[in-house]
Amino acid sequence: MNGLVILIPAAICLGLLALVTFLWSLKSGQYDDLKGASERILDDEAPIRRSEKP
Amino acid sequence: MPASAIMATPVIAAAEPVSDDAEALLALSRAAGSAARQIEFAVPDAYCVTCINAIETGLGRLPQVVSARVNLSQRWVRVVFAPEKGSVLDLPRAIRASGYRTHALDPVADGRQDQALHELIRCMAVAGFAAGNIMLFSVSIWSGADAATRDMFHWISALIALPAIAYAGRPFFRSAFAALRVGRTNMDVPISIGVVLATLLSLWETIHSGAHAYFDASTMLLFFLLVGRTFDHLMREKARGAIANLARLTPRGVTRWLADGTTAYVAAEDVTPGMLLLLRAGERVPVDCRIVEGAGDVDLSIVTGESMAVAVGPGASLAAGAINLRAVLKVEAERTASDSFLSQMAILMETAEASRTTHRRIADRAASIYAPAVHASALLTLLGWGFFVGDWHAAMLNAVAVLIITCPCALALAVPVVHAVAAGRLFRNGIMMRDGTALERAAAVTDIAFDKTGTLTVGAVRYVGQASGDPAMLPIAASLARHSQHPLAVALSAAAPAAPLVVEEVSEAAGQGMQARADGATWRLGSAPFCGGIDIDGDDRGAGTEVCLGRGGAVVAVFSFADAIRPDAASAVAELEHGCKGVRMLSGDGPQAVRAVAEALGIRRHAARLSPEAKLADLQAEAAAGRRVMMVGDGINDAPALRAAHVSMAPSSASDIGRSAADFVFTNGRLASVPFVLGIARRADRLVRENLVLAIGYNALALPLAVTGHVTPLVAAVAMSTSSILVVANALRLDFGTNLVPREEPVPGNVRVEAVRS
Repeated sequence: MNGLVILIPAAICLGLLALVTFLWSLKSGQYDDLKGASERILDDEAPIRRSEKP
Repeated sequence: MPASAIMATPVIAAAEPVSDDAEALLALSRAAGSAARQIEFAVPDAYCVTCINAIETGLGRLPQVVSARVNLSQRWVRVVFAPEKGSVLDLPRAIRASGYRTHALDPVADGRQDQALHELIRCMAVAGFAAGNIMLFSVSIWSGADAATRDMFHWISALIALPAIAYAGRPFFRSAFAALRVGRTNMDVPISIGVVLATLLSLWETIHSGAHAYFDASTMLLFFLLVGRTFDHLMREKARGAIANLARLTPRGVTRWLADGTTAYVAAEDVTPGMLLLLRAGERVPVDCRIVEGAGDVDLSIVTGESMAVAVGPGASLAAGAINLRAVLKVEAERTASDSFLSQMAILMETAEASRTTHRRIADRAASIYAPAVHASALLTLLGWGFFVGDWHAAMLNAVAVLIITCPCALALAVPVVHAVAAGRLFRNGIMMRDGTALERAAAVTDIAFDKTGTLTVGAVRYVGQASGDPAMLPIAASLARHSQHPLAVALSAAAPAAPLVVEEVSEAAGQGMQARADGATWRLGSAPFCGGIDIDGDDRGAGTEVCLGRGGAVVAVFSFADAIRPDAASAVAELEHGCKGVRMLSGDGPQAVRAVAEALGIRRHAARLSPEAKLADLQAEAAAGRRVMMVGDGINDAPALRAAHVSMAPSSASDIGRSAADFVFTNGRLASVPFVLGIARRADRLVRENLVLAIGYNALALPLAVTGHVTPLVAAVAMSTSSILVVANALRLDFGTNLVPREEPVPGNVRVEAVRS
């Protein structure tokens, strides 16, 4: 029973962490262009995007 | 798949006018930080990493571009730029210079849709989190947690479930409330009632240290339903985005002549009758108007269905939607935008919509029977246990168990999953589906009505052959034709390599032809009288059009042109007739042209010179006779008929209004899409029915268990998930079968893109 006092909050907190991470990744646009992201990996010429200027 | 559309219909793609205007573009952009603005351009041809590079690098070279990022899924590029460092007009130019077609996108419509999808995904994430965590506690309860531990687990479950359900259930509660308020019921009503009652009962049980709580069932239910709904939404979004991508930037404004001789840009809505306007070559006529100065040719194919360009001169009236092909015209507006031809079509479309037999979605029909049956059996369970057994607590528990076990989880998934799979299958074959009901309606089609110009034909003239004269004249004619922009001349110059001639003193006579000196002789290319021959009159001319080549006042050769029939039109028509569908042709073009196409394709029933109203009346008469007609058309004049038909389809080269009126839009340029859609619709219809039987049958099996009080939360959870998985697995069967196009898209632009890159 004592173990549960630590384990249950820990489990729920981990779950919440995953949920928040997912919502954050959704909000920051990481799911907006799945096809583009998978293609961009193949672009070995440009480790830094040329179109973005300082 | 726009790539394959270019291959199939190169002339249409090339003929699409490109009209950009700095003010119109700036109006579409919006502020992004200080001094920077953001705008999206569609790039329908981008498909791989080289495209991304070419476009982003091309834009990145411009001084005013802060950043450019291509979205390959949606096929657009988002550009952040500083307006004071350079013109916004350079942006589309840079994209075109990289070798891609483009047009600006309207951000307003897209933004709203995105939010709905994001809300669904957020709800799904929350419901998934809650269901997963509560299930952990439920498993320990089912495996025999003792009283105090069980109560604690119930309380923690409640703590997770209550806010999660309140948040993730909103899409369902909203829809159910909206339906109930107008006195109707839909699938969301039993869902909402089931979820809310189960949660309240579980809360009651938790407070009173009961043995059974259904928090896991209600959150899992929401999670499954949200998965289905998100899936459905994604598919529809994808099709809608693709259709929006195809739409060019419609002319929002026109160039106006001011009294002092300068020009200004005004919005199309602000044009009043009597205003003098400037119409450049390639521009679409914004409002109904009359030509004051200048002569040229207009393409009416999308307005009336006429396949040949029409010569116009001062005094001629132009209908809104026609394309000015060559010369700069000075025109006087005759009507406002809201009174013009296009708007009249929109009004006709509204009346057509009203007369369309209202189609009730199969899911709603199922819900209207299912929901009362479920609620009645739950009530009977409650009353039965209450009065006959006398245990009101058990009665309440069992009634809620009935509600949960019959909660139409599989039923709610049964239809959207099939539609989503079908939409995905169609999408991969270059066909966009507007919504699921289109598929249900297409399954019941008995007749197909085709428009001619632009639908059965490609909508652009092609050189057919030489009717008379020396074959050696063709290269001479071709080299003369290179000096004209007339559609017939363009077709002629594409038909043969140019002769090694020096062509001089080129002049054009609008509506008649062109004259030039070459090789020491005066040549004329154009109509028969213009070249010194005798004119052949009106309808006797045959299906196509002829162009004469004259030398020194005598005709030396005659060339024939016709609107080319789509390569697979004959096989598509044969396939449809083989499938026992009545095929007809409704055209606005002349009887000769219509008969020639009908004979070539073996269509027995055809009608020519139909006005938009006549097409509409024809379809309404068919509908009244109990036939369900699918209309396939592309023109502005087809739009009311497209809307009135039981279901409708348009090629991607169609007019904006025609495309937005159609239920299906095919971008692959192949008429085989029509039988393909009907085939998929029929299979989808069968799968939907199978799924409904599966889901209802499953529930019917579980119902006696629930009524007699044998359903525990464990049984509910197992029943719910297995029936849902069964329904989804059944729907996936639709993905098997032969496709119209291979899974990998053709790559027409590969060589060009590589060149740009290096």
